[in-house]
Amino acid sequence: MTGFPILSVMMLVPLAAGLACLFLDAKAARNLALVATLIDFVLGVVLWLNFDVGGAQWQFTERMELFSGFSYALGIDGIALLLIVLTVFLMPICIGASWKSIDKRVGEYMGAFLLMETLMIGVFCAQDIFLFYMFFEAGLIPMYLIIGIWGGADRIYAAYKFFLYTLLGSVLMLVAMLYMVHVAGTTDVPTLMAYDFDPKVQTWLWLAFFASFAVKMPMWPVHTWLPAAHVQAPTAGSVILAGVLLKMGGYGFIRFSLPMFPEASAYFGPLIWGLSMAAVVITSLIALVQDDMKKLIAYSSVAHMAIVTIGLFAFNTQGLEGSMMVMLSHGLVAGALFLCVGIIYDRLHTREIARYGGLSINMPRYALFFLLFTMASIGLPGTSGFVGEFLSLAGIYQVSTLTTLICATGIILGAGYMLYLYRRVAFGDQKNADAAAMLDLDAREYLMVVPLALAVLWMGIYPESFIAPMRSDIAALEARIAAAAPEGDSKVTVGKEKPVHEEAAHEGAH
Amino acid sequence: MDWSQSLRLIAPEETLSIAGLILLLVAAWGGDKASRLISILTVAALVAAGIMVSPALCGATMGPDASAFFGQFHADAFASYAKVLIYISAAASLVIAPVFFERFNAMRAEYPILVLFAALGMGIMVSAGDLLTLYIGLEMNSLAAYVLAAFLRNDGRSAEAGLKYFVLGALASGILLFGMSLTYGFTGTTSFSGINAALAGGLSHGALFGIVFMLAGLAFKVSAVPFHMWTPDVYEGAPTPVTMFFATAPKVAAMGLMMRVLLDAFSDQAAAWQQIVLFLALASIVVGALGAIGQTNIKRLMAYSSINNVGFILVGLAVATPQGASAMLFYLAIYIAMSLGGFAVILMLKDEDGNYVEHIPSYAGLSRTRPGLALGLAMIMFSLAGIPPLFGFWGKFLVFKAAVDGGMIALAALGFAASVIGAFYYLKVVKIIYFDEPADVVKGESDIWHKLILVISCVVISPLGFFLTKWLGGLTDTAATALFHAL
Repeated sequence: MTGFPILSVMMLVPLAAGLACLFLDAKAARNLALVATLIDFVLGVVLWLNFDVGGAQWQFTERMELFSGFSYALGIDGIALLLIVLTVFLMPICIGASWKSIDKRVGEYMGAFLLMETLMIGVFCAQDIFLFYMFFEAGLIPMYLIIGIWGGADRIYAAYKFFLYTLLGSVLMLVAMLYMVHVAGTTDVPTLMAYDFDPKVQTWLWLAFFASFAVKMPMWPVHTWLPAAHVQAPTAGSVILAGVLLKMGGYGFIRFSLPMFPEASAYFGPLIWGLSMAAVVITSLIALVQDDMKKLIAYSSVAHMAIVTIGLFAFNTQGLEGSMMVMLSHGLVAGALFLCVGIIYDRLHTREIARYGGLSINMPRYALFFLLFTMASIGLPGTSGFVGEFLSLAGIYQVSTLTTLICATGIILGAGYMLYLYRRVAFGDQKNADAAAMLDLDAREYLMVVPLALAVLWMGIYPESFIAPMRSDIAALEARIAAAAPEGDSKVTVGKEKPVHEEAAHEGAH
Repeated sequence: MDWSQSLRLIAPEETLSIAGLILLLVAAWGGDKASRLISILTVAALVAAGIMVSPALCGATMGPDASAFFGQFHADAFASYAKVLIYISAAASLVIAPVFFERFNAMRAEYPILVLFAALGMGIMVSAGDLLTLYIGLEMNSLAAYVLAAFLRNDGRSAEAGLKYFVLGALASGILLFGMSLTYGFTGTTSFSGINAALAGGLSHGALFGIVFMLAGLAFKVSAVPFHMWTPDVYEGAPTPVTMFFATAPKVAAMGLMMRVLLDAFSDQAAAWQQIVLFLALASIVVGALGAIGQTNIKRLMAYSSINNVGFILVGLAVATPQGASAMLFYLAIYIAMSLGGFAVILMLKDEDGNYVEHIPSYAGLSRTRPGLALGLAMIMFSLAGIPPLFGFWGKFLVFKAAVDGGMIALAALGFAASVIGAFYYLKVVKIIYFDEPADVVKGESDIWHKLILVISCVVISPLGFFLTKWLGGLTDTAATALFHAL
């Protein structure tokens, strides 16, 4: 594939289709959006197949000096590859989820979504720090419009909150970027990743990046935009928000904060652990008392993202791999759960948990898939959720026992709120006649949930497919931050074989 | 330096003056019937002048070669760059005007001629190499502008705008003149190079007061806080094409003048004026953003938006480096594109009877009744807010990059943080046109010229604008270098 600018094409296809959608009627726009996202999905598969595992760190690189001040430089490593594949995998499902539920201003809606796809791919493959910033920030515009135009009742408040929160975080990051470029004299991300900034300055730079990524992630206590935005966004908006947009924060930490400011990252590690512990416990407890399905899943997202951050700031391979796996898994599972909510929302037009009940009687197949995703969210072995959470917690255990102890309660609390949700929705009596009359999944909905279910199981049963592409990148990152890694308190040592065995053999010879 | 050389260097100004005088005669005999012809000829004169100044810009003319009349007038790359922007703004304000004035039966032959003389004055302002040239240019522009503000004679608001502008403008001119006389008194010369040389040994208290008063007068002209109070009233009251003119060309001219005075005449006294400019910049950003939040009239909103943008441009001046000057010039170009587009939209927002709709809540649901217009307005709003990938981001990016490279990191952080406040009211407009239920007020037809200007400015501020960065960045670098080598 050398020479073929596949990353540019992957960005161009949705962009062109998105612009065309603005001028088309509803039916044509839907079809075009689906075709464009499917083409991108195929390109994503091609990208994955052609990715040389264990090869050069940066592959599919493109570089053009089109602009002054920054360059059009693209390229991916294994970490970016997986996130791009996640994006292109979720996009056709998002379009499918909005096939019927969006009936006003379809062209604009599809245009906004396709534009989002372009920008998300751009974020993950930008190799120039300012190009990254532009993609990162530009995503605000389509998301603002998606929440504001097609969202629920309280959409305007949610849209403002989303936009202004993330903008304030991002502008501070931009100042830090300007300073870094000033000092290092380059805008090239791989060069900056290897540049050693003065540890005193790192502290400030780290905080500026943290302001942006923590909001995007979102970390407690700046997570409050997320439930507001999720509840008000249309189903597909929630899927893409939970599935991909939240991953930008984690990707930012893994691509910028950790390799560029290792000393500062180590210094602020305890802050991250503290915030993550608070997030896991507090948001899980909040999730337990929600009446609104989407809000419940939104709070569970915050708790899962806290597991990502502790894995990232564990400073070891297990933690980093684990946090990547949690991100990928959460992208699939949270997306799937929002989709499941969307499926019944389309039928009854309410997200109130109490309005449902006993769905396993009239919608058995739906209940099956919902159960699978619920279990994956809890982290049941065999599903994708288990792999990442286990690795993250194993990683942090080497550094901080207390953090592990408290964050592990998230799994128990997670089981609590998810199973409680499932019981109220799927089991019990059919309290409401209209809910009892709902039909089971139709063909379109099968096409959306089956791929997600397969991916969840694949990632749970054979995670090697996903870990392999990023192994060398994680190892490189681990080597970069190893010098700064904090000393662990658990002093894990490999157990020695008991010498008894040898003596026994010795005596036996006599 | 002989006279013929000097006269050759001011050829664009000569062209504009002669064209203005001839057209004045045409207007005197032809009356208002000739107004369309005069408009066309005025635009032609502006285009001709623009072509005349471009060799100096592209050829990077600077230093003694570009200096006319013993340093009183600089026809260098910097002046040419500013003049091109001024002429573009003036021409745009002419082509969009007839539709507006015909509605009020007020299309008069004087309008294009006044714009022409104002543009001539502004050209002299940015070329000034002497306090007297500066003042002649400034007053030539101001006198034309006072009349333009009051151009709708029968409209109370327009008359009020003209009067306010005149009284406050005269006061500012007085303050400026006072500062100039102090400077002259303490340096013994009016030429910029002479002032620079006289102050080489240090700044006396009297000269410092001179700088302060001159800055106060100039801050009024660029409508920087705390000398901004006239702006919303004048913008609201003046006829919209005139407001469009005020929002664009005089900003370039006054900003260019400020750069000439501070970076040429007082270039070695940066420490004395930097903190004043810093205050002007941050105060303008914050007050412009906060003031705009409560506005319901789109023209007042644009007025506060211009105050806000002037603050960002002044950040580049506060840095006092060629990079900062280059960033300012780039920002000005983008700002012109955004403002021209914004006012083109305002001129296209008409109700069923053709009345102009300026009340922002009346735009509710515009995206469903007029999708193209709504998209254009939304792009301009996001661009003004500085959200990438729209081109407005690049202006802010460059001035703050200059600030960081110049070691003013705290300024950059504060300025950027304050830009989030600004984002709020731009978002409010987008919210009204996209999220609210249609109010069905805006129904009127649009003129082809308005559409053309809107489309051009939207293309410039769209992500395609980034392809301009190399070319335009080269020009602004040349212009900034010329500014620093003018003496």
